[in-house]
Amino acid sequence: MKVVNQALPSIDGKGLMLGKKAYTDDLAEPHSLIVKVLRSPHPYAKIIKIDTTKAEALNGVELVLTYKDFDRRPFTRSGQGYPEPSPYDKFVLDEYVRYIGDEAAAVAAVDVKTAEKALKLIDIEYEVLEPVLDFETAYENKILVHPEPEIHDMFPIGFDPKKNLAASYHMHVGDVTKSLEESEVTIEETFYTQAQAHAMLEPHNVNARIDYQGRLVLYSSTQTPIHVRRIISQALDYPLSKIRVIKPRVGGGFGGKQAIHGEMFVSTVTLKTGKPSKMMYTRKEVFESSYSRHPMRLDIKLGATKDGILKVIDCWVTSDTGAYGEHALTVFMVVAAKVFPLYNKVDSVRFHGNVVYTNHTPAGAYRGYGAIQGNFALESAIDILCHKLNMDPVEFRQKNMMKETETSPIFKIMGEGTEGIEMFMDSCKLDYCVKRGAELANWKELYPRKELGNSKVKGVGMAIAMQGSGIPYVDMAAATIKLNDDGFYNLMIGATDIGQGSDTILAQIAAEALGTTLDKVIVYSSDTDLTPYDTGAYASSTTYVSGNAVLKAGKEMRQMIINEAAKVFEVNPEDVEYDGVTLKTKNKEITLKELSNRLFYNKDQKQLQITSSYYGTKSPPPFMAGFVEIDVDKETGEVDIIDYISIVDCGTTINPMLAKGQVEGGIVQGIGMAMYEEVNYTKKGKLITNDFLNYRIPTRREIHKLTTEFADSYEKSGPYGAKSVGEIGIDTPPAAIANAVYNAVGVRITTLPITPEKILLAIKKKERGE
Amino acid sequence: MKIKMTVNGTKKVYDVAPDEYLLDTLRADHFYSIKRGCDNSSCGVCTVLMDGKAVQSCSILSVKAEGHSITTIEGHQDEAKKLSEYFGHQGADQCGYCNSSLALTVHAMKTEIKHPTNEDIKEYLVGNLCRCTGYEAQHRAIKLCLEDEE
Repeated sequence: MKVVNQALPSIDGKGLMLGKKAYTDDLAEPHSLIVKVLRSPHPYAKIIKIDTTKAEALNGVELVLTYKDFDRRPFTRSGQGYPEPSPYDKFVLDEYVRYIGDEAAAVAAVDVKTAEKALKLIDIEYEVLEPVLDFETAYENKILVHPEPEIHDMFPIGFDPKKNLAASYHMHVGDVTKSLEESEVTIEETFYTQAQAHAMLEPHNVNARIDYQGRLVLYSSTQTPIHVRRIISQALDYPLSKIRVIKPRVGGGFGGKQAIHGEMFVSTVTLKTGKPSKMMYTRKEVFESSYSRHPMRLDIKLGATKDGILKVIDCWVTSDTGAYGEHALTVFMVVAAKVFPLYNKVDSVRFHGNVVYTNHTPAGAYRGYGAIQGNFALESAIDILCHKLNMDPVEFRQKNMMKETETSPIFKIMGEGTEGIEMFMDSCKLDYCVKRGAELANWKELYPRKELGNSKVKGVGMAIAMQGSGIPYVDMAAATIKLNDDGFYNLMIGATDIGQGSDTILAQIAAEALGTTLDKVIVYSSDTDLTPYDTGAYASSTTYVSGNAVLKAGKEMRQMIINEAAKVFEVNPEDVEYDGVTLKTKNKEITLKELSNRLFYNKDQKQLQITSSYYGTKSPPPFMAGFVEIDVDKETGEVDIIDYISIVDCGTTINPMLAKGQVEGGIVQGIGMAMYEEVNYTKKGKLITNDFLNYRIPTRREIHKLTTEFADSYEKSGPYGAKSVGEIGIDTPPAAIANAVYNAVGVRITTLPITPEKILLAIKKKERGE
Repeated sequence: MKIKMTVNGTKKVYDVAPDEYLLDTLRADHFYSIKRGCDNSSCGVCTVLMDGKAVQSCSILSVKAEGHSITTIEGHQDEAKKLSEYFGHQGADQCGYCNSSLALTVHAMKTEIKHPTNEDIKEYLVGNLCRCTGYEAQHRAIKLCLEDEE
């Protein structure tokens, strides 16, 4: 392969570093009205009076919006396909506010200062209600977060707002109670994960204008432009055909930009005033008033034979979706669906639990999407079991984990909010990943620990992970390839580059299929008027699903070119040879450049263009093994990550450098969740960790060494053998680091993040024999 | 109020409000390399150089820049192009939102520290957050670029 599997520079990096106009706010109309939102100071309240007279009278204020300005039409902001597996539990504005930071009213004014002043002039009176702040007591609590009658689900998701349930779920294989009774060794543990923040550097950003054809045009920093268009139309009851959503360059998403943010407000303001408007979340709003990862409590039981064969996994989970139920069920299901099949030789599995409403910032999609929570619990629990079995964790995994050609009954039972599909592992190099990782980590030498002679001790830990590649039979992607004169191409894709490099890797796939070079493929993506359908950037779908669409289009375009040359040569297409540059038959030849010019200007004129679509019929999981070497200071509890080793099976790497970037970026976000990113609320439910000073994402100082390698793997259903790589990197750090801490100092941290304070406290307790 | 400053060597007169921040003044003048990521100098994407020293324009009032010389990456395009080659080859480009400010801070570092060590580089750039890359590829790219320049 000449273009695919080559470490080519991204097609857009240079322009971005030079500071070219590229991101949403760069593209706002000059003199756009500034939209600001009045946010609730109460975790739960009902607006009993709202008077906007004074705010409206302020010079420079164009519009004030309250719940009275909107039809009472519930929708979900989740940014998923239709019908969504998330409850319709949100109104653009409502008489209830359900968390500190929730939307109470909005203003549009000529500048930020006036808008902020106007917010203060809104006369608002709340009936303050008692909130639900402890998610463990939310289920069947007498306080209902959603008492309103209009909300509903689109199909059964276990939604029951009278019990504070956004969703609930139950699945089982075999009889876990019996299997646990029969197991010679069992363990039981409870784990907690926190509401990690995406902390993408570009805040949520959107702007709107009415164009010269009278259509509403939005630039939005979104992962899902086509879903955004549909949801605006639904929620505002405005014709879909009159809306255009363009996703320009996006400054990071990680799932946080899958859902709707300011789109409803700028759309309403621009439609009502006819003037362009824009909205940019402050960093505080990004933390407090967007979405987080779902915090969870996971109760897990494992049972095994005494020679180390895992027999049963039993897991109950309570997930906190906060005030609204975006992604409630699907994130919950991924906890098991994309984790438990790792151990596919068990007799019984049970996975069940509730996704509850609370009066916290809503949770939503976040890279890993439940798998990181599930991985922390299961992979920590496996190590606890190994300790009880007196068995090396690497050996245990090698005995019990998924192997190539195998399957798990879970694939058929669990899908995306519905039933899944049966799937065999046509590509699974997990055995290689574990073996290679153990080698690089010097596992035999270092496991479990090495005293370093001072207060420090070195430990190693590991975990394995899997993810998916798109949502089978749901996610569809399409790609259009157009041949231009001079013999270059346009590749138009709905796929959404949010920084992960999809424009580059999809152009690589096209170039490979067309037999051309990367510079001859001009990419334009994510514009609802101009590019074909694609679900967007989520569920690790772009490389696999969009990539397959591009591959198909590339192959078809290549054949169209050959067919045209055959007409010129007056031969059969089978008699034409084509290397991507020159078309030949016997004693005749024509270059693509000549052919394309001829098709435009001279003879039998036509535009060659093809649109191809693809949807997956399976979701081949990428796999990885993560090994971490840490030094722990027994006197302070401080942990230094010496090296994080990732061995990844993502099939063919379309661009090995960009794939590595996806893994390493995921690893460091995972390290952040594992060790640094504490989420704290006041007793009244106010988020304290609402800026970068209080919410500590890893800086370059904490990252010493990342070792990342790829297994030699080929997934035959993927484009040139590729699977996904966007999410898999984030999954292992919490468990691998927890396991390494245990191996180093003998204390088991079950609540994220794993801070020096928790480690030290556990060491002290252990010393006291508690 | 009218204030004067030099931006990338060009004399500028801006009409600003007393409580306006330099970030907003410069972005309104189409310096798109400067981004907003926060409002309390904690992420680094709004970095500009004031008299050669890296500062956070989200937290500096425009009036404070009166009479000073401001530099953005628009003023060092050749240097940014060169660094971007290294970023490209090391796979250090992701969303790009922090890249311009990082290039500018690298420029400032070069004037302050000769032959920076790995630790020097990390320390100097610690305020430039990146949520995409995990830093490793950026670090390799910066280090190789510096080594080749020497």
